[in-house]
Amino acid sequence: MSNIDTIREFVVENFLFGDSAQLTDEMSFLENGIIDSTGILEMITFLEENYKVKIDDDELVPENLDSLMNISAFLDKKLDGMSVPKEEGK
Amino acid sequence: MCGITGIYSFNGSDTLSLDTLKRMTAVMQYRGPDEAGIYIDSFVGLGHARLSIIDLCSGTQPIHNEDKTMWIIYNGEVYNYPELREKLVQKGHTFYTTSDTEVILHLYEEKGPACLDDLNGQFALAIWDSKKRELFLARDRIGIRPLYYTRYKDTLIFASEVKSIFMVDEIPRQIDPVAMDQIFTFWTTLPGVSIFKDICELPPGHYLRAAHGKVSINKYWDIPFYPRHEQVDLSPAEISEKIHELLLDAVRIRLRADVPVGAYLSGGLDSSGVTSLVVQNFNSDVRTFGIRFEEDAFDEGKYQNRMVFFLKANHKEIMATNDEIGESLNNVIWHCEKPLLRTAPVPLFLLSKLVRQSGIKVVLTGEGADEIFGGYNIFRETKVRRFWARQPDSTMRPGLIGQLYPYIFDNPRLKRMLESFFGMGLDQFDDPLFSHLVRWENTGKIKTFFSDELKAAIGSYDGYEQVKESLPDGYAGWDTLSRAQYLETSLFLSNYLLSSQGDRVAMANSIEIRLPYLDPRLMEFMGRVPSKWKILGLNEKHILKKSFQGILPDDIVNRAKHPYRAPIEQSLFSGKALESVHDMLSETSLSNAGLFDPAKVNRLKNKLINGGEASETDNMALVGILSSQMVARDYIDDFSSRTENVIDKLPRTVIFDRKNKTDYVGVKNAD
Repeated sequence: MSNIDTIREFVVENFLFGDSAQLTDEMSFLENGIIDSTGILEMITFLEENYKVKIDDDELVPENLDSLMNISAFLDKKLDGMSVPKEEGK
Repeated sequence: MCGITGIYSFNGSDTLSLDTLKRMTAVMQYRGPDEAGIYIDSFVGLGHARLSIIDLCSGTQPIHNEDKTMWIIYNGEVYNYPELREKLVQKGHTFYTTSDTEVILHLYEEKGPACLDDLNGQFALAIWDSKKRELFLARDRIGIRPLYYTRYKDTLIFASEVKSIFMVDEIPRQIDPVAMDQIFTFWTTLPGVSIFKDICELPPGHYLRAAHGKVSINKYWDIPFYPRHEQVDLSPAEISEKIHELLLDAVRIRLRADVPVGAYLSGGLDSSGVTSLVVQNFNSDVRTFGIRFEEDAFDEGKYQNRMVFFLKANHKEIMATNDEIGESLNNVIWHCEKPLLRTAPVPLFLLSKLVRQSGIKVVLTGEGADEIFGGYNIFRETKVRRFWARQPDSTMRPGLIGQLYPYIFDNPRLKRMLESFFGMGLDQFDDPLFSHLVRWENTGKIKTFFSDELKAAIGSYDGYEQVKESLPDGYAGWDTLSRAQYLETSLFLSNYLLSSQGDRVAMANSIEIRLPYLDPRLMEFMGRVPSKWKILGLNEKHILKKSFQGILPDDIVNRAKHPYRAPIEQSLFSGKALESVHDMLSETSLSNAGLFDPAKVNRLKNKLINGGEASETDNMALVGILSSQMVARDYIDDFSSRTENVIDKLPRTVIFDRKNKTDYVGVKNAD
């Protein structure tokens, strides 16, 4: 299963309780109320455990985490050891 | 404090029976366990369950006027009744009791519905004018006491609680899909309705008149706010001084009772302030009561003890254990009569039990201060978001959000993501509902658990539009904080806090609460105070804190606000509640009720049982689903069996039978 499918499955199971109909790859989690302020923690834990990556504090920005596509792109770069978007000024 | 109920048969039908009235009164006997009273003539029946507080001997209701053509039943207290009575005596009215009830009746004779303008108190009442054949129902300004009604064929049926209306067998009992949508967005139904189809709630500050088959409803008061040019130009010091004076008098008249009055003491600013005013001015030996929790995140013990020591209070507390909260939820839902999204009402139910066991019937509480003085985080959040919206690209402004929610932002890793969360909808600052949209949108997510049937029945209903249409004239001219205060007070305080965390959980144990902060004089004055003084910078309740200087310890005045909350998953997914939770959330129960999608609920259940971290939304969904299931079972399916023998609970009952021209005292259910 590709990264994006695995993450989609996690989101559908944990935040949408099985309701996958409306979730598109580009959809913003925050704008569409899919993940709330405490749900972000769950997502990070899942990514770190499932992909054995360490996500730095300054990588926790919407550009990396706010949609299936953003997460997937972020993960790909992370797993390839490439540079990823970080918090401004850091 | 009491319970009232009644039937008005416009055509004088035979269905108006003494037996039905007895059952309607008996089912809410806990509202008034001391005695009962029933009036019946060819058109109207009135029932009253009494908790005796003022005029213990002669205050038996219903009460009549001089020529017995007008009759009143009344749930409440009017604190300024001695002053009103004096004026009525001067006008030639004669009294046969010393109660506040009789004062209201004569005042109504004198002024009609305009009498409501003179009443400072908390009440729901019914007056029957047998000459005009007119029934008058009214509710206090802010909705401290409940009143429901329904029209069925040629009758109007009303009561303090819905269960009393449901004692009339013919009345259909159904969950209203639109009301479900409202509760799962706003935490409460909007004014005027209940969770049950066709059972209406008389909104706060309204009265109803019914005569000759016609029913009309009028508003006599609304929460006062004013545009800047109609506000006062006083200094914060002068405002605080005025508040001190008004609050002291609000407390003074709320101590009027023929039984001892106690106080709730949480250790927060509001209840500490009220209790301190009582101890230092009126009763140094007042009994106080507080709630403790097992977990530090909920417990305010440190500050409660601080206040007990400071006031040398005669204090008692209950430990609201997770187990007990879980176990008592169902009972609390029976009393609240609506789905809840939090367990916070439960500890207050446990607390009122302690008060009752301690021999106290009346307590003062600090409820209302956060709404009137600007105490909630939602107000500060609105202020910050409005400030941020002026420079949406600012990197500094969103940082202020972190100061409001230190307990969420304590993980520095999440700063940027959380700021993005609170930054949503900044461009909507012109929307009249701007302050509350983040909360309501977030809550509304739990509607995902609704079944397809329920979603179809709700259709395209839009609760936001309904709220917008109901906003008062002038709302657009108020500042951001005043608008937020109006929404918070008219929706959340009036329809949820005063009911599910107020009247219902106190009356369940026959306890009357009194709320000095909701004295109309105080609300009127604060409505004219500029918002900049209410929340100074980000310092909430600035005026109230200032007015308490010198009467409270500094560490109580300056402590960070602690939102009152109770544990959810810890209470429901462990201990004694677990079995009933499983039962209520089983596929069979869910399919029977038809309100929720069993597969989705099962996923939520599994997530929580498997130790998944429950988000705020998960917790709200859990309580919402569970409590809706309880309402559906107890009020729709099992209602008849649950209320089968209620008539046995009727205490000594005085019966005024105008049909047969006899008055007598009935004992128990004997006629």
